Amino acid sequence: MTYTDYATGEPVVDTKAPKGPVHERWDKRRFEAKLVNPANRRKHTVIVVGTGLAGGSAGATLAEQGYHVVQFCYQDSPRRAHSIAAQGGINAAKNYRNDGDSVHRLFYDTVKGGDFRARESNVHRLAQISVEIIDQCVAQGVPFAREYGGLLDTRSFGGVQVSRTFYARGQTGQQLLLGAYQALSRQIAAGNIEMHPRTEMLDLIVVDGRARGIVARDLITGRIDTYFADAVVLASGGYGNVFYLSTNAMNSNATAIWRAHRRGAYFANPCFTQIHPTCIPRTGEHQSKLTLMSESLRNDGRIWVPKAKGDDRPPNEIPEDERDYYLERIYPSFGNLVPRDIASRAAKNVCDEGRGVGPGGQGVYLDFADAIERMGRKAVEAKYGNLFDMYQRITDEDPYRVPMRIYPAVHYTMGGLWVDYDLQTTIPGLFAIGEANFSDHGANRLGASALMQGLADGYFVLPATINDYLARNPLGDRVDAGHPVVQEVLAETEDRLNLLLSVDGGRTPDSFHREVGELMWEFCGMARTDSGLRKALERIPQIREEFWRRIKVPGTGEEFNQSLEKANRVVDYLELAELMCLDALHRSESCGGHFREESQTPDGEAERKDDEFAYAAAWEFTGTGEAPTLHKEDLVFEYVHPTQRSYA
Amino acid sequence: MARTVWDSTLGKKTVMAVSGLIMLLYLVVHMIGNLKIFFGAGEFDHYAHWLRTVGEPFMHYEWTLWLVRIVLVAAVVAHAVSAYQLSRRDIRARPSKYVHKRPRASYATRTMRWGGVILGLFIVWHILDLTTGTVHPGFRPGHPYQNVLDTFSTWYGNVIYIVAMLALGLHVRHGFWSAAQTLGAGSRTRDRALKTVANVLALLLTAGFIAVPVGVMTGVVS
Amino acid sequence: MKLTLRVWRQKNADAEGAMSTYEVDGISSDMSFLEMLDTLNEELILKGEDPVAFDHDCREGICGACSLVINGDAHGPERTTTCQLHMRSFKDGDTIDIEPWRASAFPVIKDLVVDRSAFDRIIQAGGYITAPTGAAPEAHATPVPKPDADFAFEHAECIGCGACVAACPNGAAMLFTSAKVNHLNVLPQGAPERETRVLDMVAQMDEEGFGGCTLTGECATACPKGIPLMSITGMNKEWLRATRKVSKR
Repeated sequence: MTYTDYATGEPVVDTKAPKGPVHERWDKRRFEAKLVNPANRRKHTVIVVGTGLAGGSAGATLAEQGYHVVQFCYQDSPRRAHSIAAQGGINAAKNYRNDGDSVHRLFYDTVKGGDFRARESNVHRLAQISVEIIDQCVAQGVPFAREYGGLLDTRSFGGVQVSRTFYARGQTGQQLLLGAYQALSRQIAAGNIEMHPRTEMLDLIVVDGRARGIVARDLITGRIDTYFADAVVLASGGYGNVFYLSTNAMNSNATAIWRAHRRGAYFANPCFTQIHPTCIPRTGEHQSKLTLMSESLRNDGRIWVPKAKGDDRPPNEIPEDERDYYLERIYPSFGNLVPRDIASRAAKNVCDEGRGVGPGGQGVYLDFADAIERMGRKAVEAKYGNLFDMYQRITDEDPYRVPMRIYPAVHYTMGGLWVDYDLQTTIPGLFAIGEANFSDHGANRLGASALMQGLADGYFVLPATINDYLARNPLGDRVDAGHPVVQEVLAETEDRLNLLLSVDGGRTPDSFHREVGELMWEFCGMARTDSGLRKALERIPQIREEFWRRIKVPGTGEEFNQSLEKANRVVDYLELAELMCLDALHRSESCGGHFREESQTPDGEAERKDDEFAYAAAWEFTGTGEAPTLHKEDLVFEYVHPTQRSYA
Repeated sequence: MARTVWDSTLGKKTVMAVSGLIMLLYLVVHMIGNLKIFFGAGEFDHYAHWLRTVGEPFMHYEWTLWLVRIVLVAAVVAHAVSAYQLSRRDIRARPSKYVHKRPRASYATRTMRWGGVILGLFIVWHILDLTTGTVHPGFRPGHPYQNVLDTFSTWYGNVIYIVAMLALGLHVRHGFWSAAQTLGAGSRTRDRALKTVANVLALLLTAGFIAVPVGVMTGVVS
Repeated sequence: MKLTLRVWRQKNADAEGAMSTYEVDGISSDMSFLEMLDTLNEELILKGEDPVAFDHDCREGICGACSLVINGDAHGPERTTTCQLHMRSFKDGDTIDIEPWRASAFPVIKDLVVDRSAFDRIIQAGGYITAPTGAAPEAHATPVPKPDADFAFEHAECIGCGACVAACPNGAAMLFTSAKVNHLNVLPQGAPERETRVLDMVAQMDEEGFGGCTLTGECATACPKGIPLMSITGMNKEWLRATRKVSKR
């Protein structure tokens, strides 16, 4: 049986989402969920993996509630999680602008923006909670941008027509993360959180069908240890680094969620990846990662390419009537503010037509000349100064004088571990929050919604729902290191690392990562085809085979060894890549960030097939390289009726 | 509170700032008094005698002078002990140096530390020379004008004094501004003004003090 | 470009370290400094040698992980993080010295990687506002004057990289600590813990073995986020104010 001959299993059903009017569901669930007696909470241990917006906020909040939290991050400090790099802002339905915003509109925009592949219950809850997040962050001292009257400022973002994005210059993620980190720090000092920095989760311990702990490696000493808990929360982020080049941090990885998947957690919609339209184009072979320029730039910058193919004049010498402001032309009502997937694909299309600019024709202009004329250089500087500086530092070009060059890059993964309304995976006791789960963004995430979801999950959703699980699973049955299952998982982890160290071949971990990444970008990137995906599915097992034959990892496992860390992450990318391609292959419709060339409208827009694909695809692991089993969760739209998205 | 202050690096810095400012105030007065030497032995010696009778009849002979001396000794000791302890701490905090050296990195720190040591040694010599006369052959108590002339008619007397006064200038220049920061008096808008005051003070003090040996050397004072 | 690198190599915390010399060739001026080190490491791995360990993560200048002293300057010759430093700042044939942050509060873990957990403990001592989740009032309940909000933001920009400590001849953590004190103490939300925050954070800073401030200004010059030296003055003022106030309680 080949990998593509997957079987379709029982549908997966979200049994936790309450019925009834959508705006009452969260209240209802919170009321129905069992609670843990405050006095008993300290007897419960919860493991949280990751300290980004989701993990940091969850760890702090669970500790505040009285749980004993054991938390991990691979970075040297919880403050460095990659949420810190989010630039643009965070959405909230505060309607401070009186511009017609409401919880229902944020809900509607998110379901529509996600191209009708998200769960209505979850999205509505997210919109409801959005307002509380802003309150919470302001109370923590997050220095959001303010107006002269002392009230909070907002701006608009792609895919919406209201101004609901709160921001802290171009560093909103940093400020929100530091808020969560500080809350976490307070709990660490209070002794409620046992923090393990520079410690990476390598496997999940499942005993009697319940998540009971993790295996983790101390990255300084190399010591592999087991940690036990009553519940495990994965907040380890997305898997965009499977593409090698992405806007993710260099060490962001998929190991925690992939290992959980291998232990039984379903992986949902792995092919839903977001390609962000405004990144700095790559400069050469040496490129190690890509840098995003905030989407907020599209508020004032105009995107264009020359009308003629191969026009290599400098941008300032191309007269106005020989420029094609293609987003404004194709989408007159949203113009440069169309959702990310649409903006990215449009950029790819004009580049494919041979009208791209810069080295290799892989770029389009983002021009601020009009904005500078209209607002004055000072105002542009105040709004985007740090982004312009960053651009200039990287490219050595002055964006005040020459238009920026941008190109799409992998940025976010909407897919992730399948979770129910309680954010629990298919393994009881294993929860996934933030980018690590699949739940709220459907096939495309709107700008400024990742921060919202991470914090909603961590501050408000998980701390309410995890009680129910803990309350229903009484204390007492402790698992310890001597348990045969634990011994087995530990031995498997040790064997894997030892094998990596012993192959001693002729290729570096990075070279394999780059190879699989380029393959994914070509065949499972912005546009996907049946034949391309099949090619990739043929190639991936070959790369994997070569990996285990030719990998070279210097040093030992009993020391600080960054090559070993990297190699172990690549092992998981080489398996995850295969599932992503299979998911992309099976979903022969286009939706959101998933664009199948076979499924497009006559004018080249993504064409959904709601009759066939109005479901979340949750995959069950059956063995490395073996066809997984597909479980469908049917998506029901009671409030936002699927239509062809139109931003024209 | 005293304990918290003394145990903290910030507290010790505060002690240094306050004691430094006390000494600075004294130096300004001292420098102005010194300039009287340009008006002849009578006026200078009279002034020196007056220093012993300040505050009479409320104060007894030399009481005020001793009071000032006690405050100054306390300030010097506090300044030096904090400086010593802080320096020890600083050196411990950075035990290994960078292989790639950059000269300017510790310019201010070095001039403050070595300048401080030079000034400390100078104070001792200065007191033994012109207050007690211990190291001053032919010292005549009650005749400061003649004693000063004596000191500055030797080459080493001039060298020691002038070097020390240059060190003082540098010390005051960074020290005054630094004290203002330590006491939280600096701000973005006030920074220029503070730096200017520091520079002017340093210049005036150095020039005022050095004027005396220069006066003696050039024969203006004789 | 062809370059000679002299890199601090140290097997682990207890081992003796020394500078080792490496040649790298084919370096493009568009490369970032860390991509240049990647190139070196790829070669070292294939030669069966131990690659140079260094901390790095976001490579966008915001996570604060990267931490190299390049030719004696924390983060190198440009005022930015190491990851945002590009090879166009160097010339063909240059010799570049690369060393770890040096401070006794930042012990070396391996090669160019140091332990900066002392910073976390300073934050844990008081670098937060106590606002348990759920207890927050409506965001607009307390307006914050824009100048105060901007002042807070300017200090909140600190990425905790430790360049200030590395650059300081005294290994002082004043700029790091003061950035957080100023950020939180200027906000109305931070007022209830204003005194304890600064006292506890400064006490922890001392406890960690950082040096004192001699106002050389090296920290502010090295800071990739431009936290101003005046930040330290602000903290001194807060500390004196808190010392007076607390002694009266």
